[in-house]
Formats: sequence, structure tokens, C-alpha cells
Amino acid sequence: MPAPEPEAPTTAPTRAKDHSPWNWLLFLPIVVPLIPAFFNGDAPRIFGFPRYYWLQLAWILLGVTTTTLVYQMTKKRGGR
Amino acid sequence: MWRDHLTEIIVFSLLFLLVSAMGFVAARWRRPKDMAHLDEWGLGGRSFGGWITWFLVGGDLYTAYTFVAVPALMFGAGAAGFFAVPYTIVVYPLVFLVLIRLWSVSHRHGFVTPADFVRTRFDSPVLALLIAITGIVATMPYIALQLVGIEAVLKTMGVTGESTVARHLPIIIAFAILAAYTYQSGLRAPALIAFVKDSLIYIVILVAVIYLPYKLGGWGDIFDAADAKFQASPSPNDGILLNGNNQLQYVTLAFGSALALFLYPHSITGVLASRNRDVIKRNMSALPAYSLLLGLIALLGYMAIAAGVKPLPGASAGSVDNNTIVPLLFDKQFPDWFAGVAYAAIGIGALVPAAIMSIAAANLFTRNIYKEYLKRDASPAQEANVSKITSLVVKVGAVACIVFLDPQFSIDLQLIGGVIILQTLPAVALGLYTRWFHRTALIAGWVAGMGLGMWMLYQVASPTKKHFGGSAFPLEKFGFDTPKTIYVGIVAVLVNLAVAALLTLILRAAKAPEGVDGTTPDDYFADEGDPRVTPGVERDADSAREPVA
Repeated sequence: MPAPEPEAPTTAPTRAKDHSPWNWLLFLPIVVPLIPAFFNGDAPRIFGFPRYYWLQLAWILLGVTTTTLVYQMTKKRGGR
Repeated sequence: MWRDHLTEIIVFSLLFLLVSAMGFVAARWRRPKDMAHLDEWGLGGRSFGGWITWFLVGGDLYTAYTFVAVPALMFGAGAAGFFAVPYTIVVYPLVFLVLIRLWSVSHRHGFVTPADFVRTRFDSPVLALLIAITGIVATMPYIALQLVGIEAVLKTMGVTGESTVARHLPIIIAFAILAAYTYQSGLRAPALIAFVKDSLIYIVILVAVIYLPYKLGGWGDIFDAADAKFQASPSPNDGILLNGNNQLQYVTLAFGSALALFLYPHSITGVLASRNRDVIKRNMSALPAYSLLLGLIALLGYMAIAAGVKPLPGASAGSVDNNTIVPLLFDKQFPDWFAGVAYAAIGIGALVPAAIMSIAAANLFTRNIYKEYLKRDASPAQEANVSKITSLVVKVGAVACIVFLDPQFSIDLQLIGGVIILQTLPAVALGLYTRWFHRTALIAGWVAGMGLGMWMLYQVASPTKKHFGGSAFPLEKFGFDTPKTIYVGIVAVLVNLAVAALLTLILRAAKAPEGVDGTTPDDYFADEGDPRVTPGVERDADSAREPVA
């Protein structure tokens, strides 16, 4: 997308600090929890929880793992 | 009768008084040099670290209404109510990617509201005004809904009366206290109270999810009881799993709600109040702890089924108020004193978001209506003062909604609120990435999305009402031959985007003036310690132009 850049500033060096490929990993916890085919079933049950419930709760771990990983990796790369 | 609930009422009142005192003391907490500035009153000095942000944002997003309504939905409809879990998983990576840029650009330019950003980015006061009004209109019923949460608790404790005034007196008193300490302490009050609120909620829920299954025969039995109830009901769309017809609705509702959640002014206020980018990023890994809590709270709905809870009667004759099932479950299963603690958790849980929401709405009014249209040269002290008074007005409005209108009306409005706040997505969220959209096209897209969203919501019927019966729009009304339903907000925002994109191409071709972007690409990565372009309000020193009305 062409974003117009009026009076382009001279402070460009800090640009792209956030443009880490690791950020793409964040799409995993956005997309996976939204696919019902994975979780919409009863078997197997764990501690009495049908799959529908335990698997959706398990996606929380997926979210935590990816955000933590991306945070740690981008922190180092920022090189501040 | 309330006499049967005396222990509960005493515990509830004591905890309520404790947090009220904290609310007033909060003005001295992390005391600023000068409280008479919107950055201090409305954003807590933009200085909150990891822990405070965690409690504040958590206390802000997971409201009393959530705690009451999500289990109520599970109780009534089953699996479909569990959408709250994917919804709150999806929202954090989105914030990680998007709102962090808003933090940076706001830090540099001293923006307090999302409309401030849009004003500078697209050089369009009209678009900013639309964003501000959308935010205020979407937030008002949300505040009123917090009262519904408290009311469900009071109703269960038997604190209720025959006349309108007697029935609502406890709520009016609670909100008067809340209004007083928010006026005095600003965002510091909910930030401090959030510690108590969340600690109480965590204790109550941990006890509930260990103790209640033990009493009710284990998780397997609880799910089987729920399954049996939905098998017996005549409705085709309930059950402990989704069916072919409501999967699309489930997914679009979860995704749409996640997009809406971080566009709400009160979530943005919570994010902008944090100290630096790292605090936000770390919090996005830590906040899902609340999602786990919410998932367990949702299952309280099934526990209520297994425990044989019968909801109290609703406002109109013959109806039932499903919102009372969680308080009733606690009343039935817990000892009195602990039920009192649980009720206090829900009641205090209403106060934190209500305070943050009224602050966010007041900031929008002050920055984007008062300062833009009424008093261009307002000083920071005047801004802070206007915000404080507006926050009072907003709360009076919310109480009036509950006292004079059917609470169902607030619930409908909140449903609409989610759909309309989504219409700010192209300008606010996409605006953080690109200025490709033309400002006039964004306004047109907003109008189209808003119009379509309202029409679709009006068309949705439920067993009890003909219009505004929910947010699941039957696709057959678009002429598709299918019983599937879809979340209204997603369709409306897609149309909004399509209109904005198409019109942008046309306006480009016609060479319509685009205005000047007041931000630079570098602004979106600024972090703590970065010099502000201009402290406070006036900005764009280098482009040296007067803001145009």
C-alpha cells in the first residue's frame, strides 16, 4: 500500500524496528482458534471435559507461547 | 427477603466500603506534580508499569456483565456461549500487532483518544468527530450494563423494592460514590481498585471450579447434565457442541468481538496509560490468564444446570432473568459469608470498568468536541476540568438508562455498540498502517457500514421479540438458500471497507484534496524516553499550519 510521506523526516534509522519476521507467528493464535473443525467434537474427553472445551482452553496456551516467543525474539533484535 | 441474606449483605457492604475508601485515597497514589492535566487525570500520567497495566486492562476488559452474561448464555444456549474464549485469545495478538503502534504515535503527539489520532493522520475534523461520537455512543450502554451486573447480585440478595426509586436506590448510591472518587482521582482510582477486584474474582473462581464440581459429582456429570437439558429442549440451536448452522456465527462473532474490543475507547485508554512498549508486549502474554478465568466462569452456566438452578423472574411477567443464575448458584452452593465475597467480586467488578469507560467517554468529549468545536484555546487545566465534569454527566446518564428504561434496552444497545464501534476499524486500526484510504471515502464507508449494520440488527428476530433479537443474522435474508447465520458486525465492516476502498480509487482519480498527514512513519515505533513532538496538545510545529475546522 503506498503511504504518502509528506516532508520525509531525517530520522529514518529507527524505522523498521518492528518489522521482524517473527511477527508473522502472531497470526497463528489469531487463525487457529477460529477453525471449528479442530475443536467441535466430544471425544476424547479429558477430566470429563469434552474436546470442544479443553481444546479451546488449550488455545490459550498457544496464544501465550507465541506472544511470549515473539516478544523475546523482537526484543533482542531491536538492539536498543 | 433480604433478612435471609443478612451475612451476604454485610460482607458485600464491607468490601464495597473498603474499595470506595481506596478510590478516594488513589488521588495520592503515585502523586503527580500537577493533577490538573488530562494526561494525569485521564491517563494516570502515562506511567503505569507491567503489574498495574495487567490489573487495569484485565479489570477493564472483563467486566461484571461478562461474569454474569457469559454463564447466562451458556446456561441458555450451550456451546455458542463459549465464543468468549476464542474471542479473548484472538484479541491479544491483535493488540500486540496494532495497538502498540497507536501507543507510539500517541506518545509522540500527546494523543489521548483514538479520534485525536484520526484527526492528525487524516487531517479531517469531521472524520475525527464521527469517530468520537461513535466511541461515546458505543460506550454509554456498556456503562449502563455494568449496573445490570450489580442489579443481578442485589436482586439475589433480596435487596429490591416495589417502587422504581426503592428498587434502584442501592445502585444510585453505589454510582454516586463511584462518580465522586472518579472525579477526584481519575484513572488512578480504577487502577488501584482493580487490584482488589481481580484478586477477589480469582479467589472466588478458583474456589468455585474446585469446590463446585466436587459437590456436583465431577466435570463429566456437569457436562452430561447440560447435554441432557439441551437434548430435551425444542430449540435446534442449543447443545454442548456447535452444529452446522451456527459455526459461521460462532467464528465471526469471536473474531468481530475481538476486533471491536480493542477499538473501544476504554481499552485504548488502558493501553495508552502504560509506560512503554515493552509493558504492553509483556502484558499481551500475561493477560490470557484472564481468558482461562473467563472460560471457567463460562462453565458456571453448566454448573448451574447441574445444580438445578431456576432463574429469578425477569422485568416483564412470565419472562425469566438468566443473568441471575450465577448469583443464585453461589447463594445455593456456598456458605453465606463466601457468597457475600463472591457478590462483592461481581459488584466491584462493575465499578472498575464503569470508571474507566466514563473516563474514556469524557476524554473523547473533551478532546474532540469541546476543544475542537467549543473552545479551541482550552488550557490543559480546563481540559482536565471539562473531562471530570463530563465523566459525572456520563454516569448520571447511565443510571438514568437503568432506572427509566427496561434493562433489556441497555442490552440491545450494547449489542448495537459492538457493531458500531467496529465501523471505526478502517480509520483507526488500518489507519495505523496505511494512509491509502481517502478521508472522504472513510466517512462514506462509515455511513454505509453503520446503515447496513443497523438494518441487519433490526431484521434479527428472537423467540421473544421481532427486532434487535440478537447479532446472528440469518443469511437467507440476503437471498441465500441456507439456515446458516453470521455476525452482523463482520458483514457491516466488510461493506464499510469495500465502500471506502472503491471511493478512494474514485477520489484519487478525481484528484480530490487529501489533506496533510501530521505523523511520520517513524512515529509508529517511538518508545519511552523519546522526545515528544510537542508536549500536550498543539502539534505539527514543522508543517507550521493552523488546524482547519
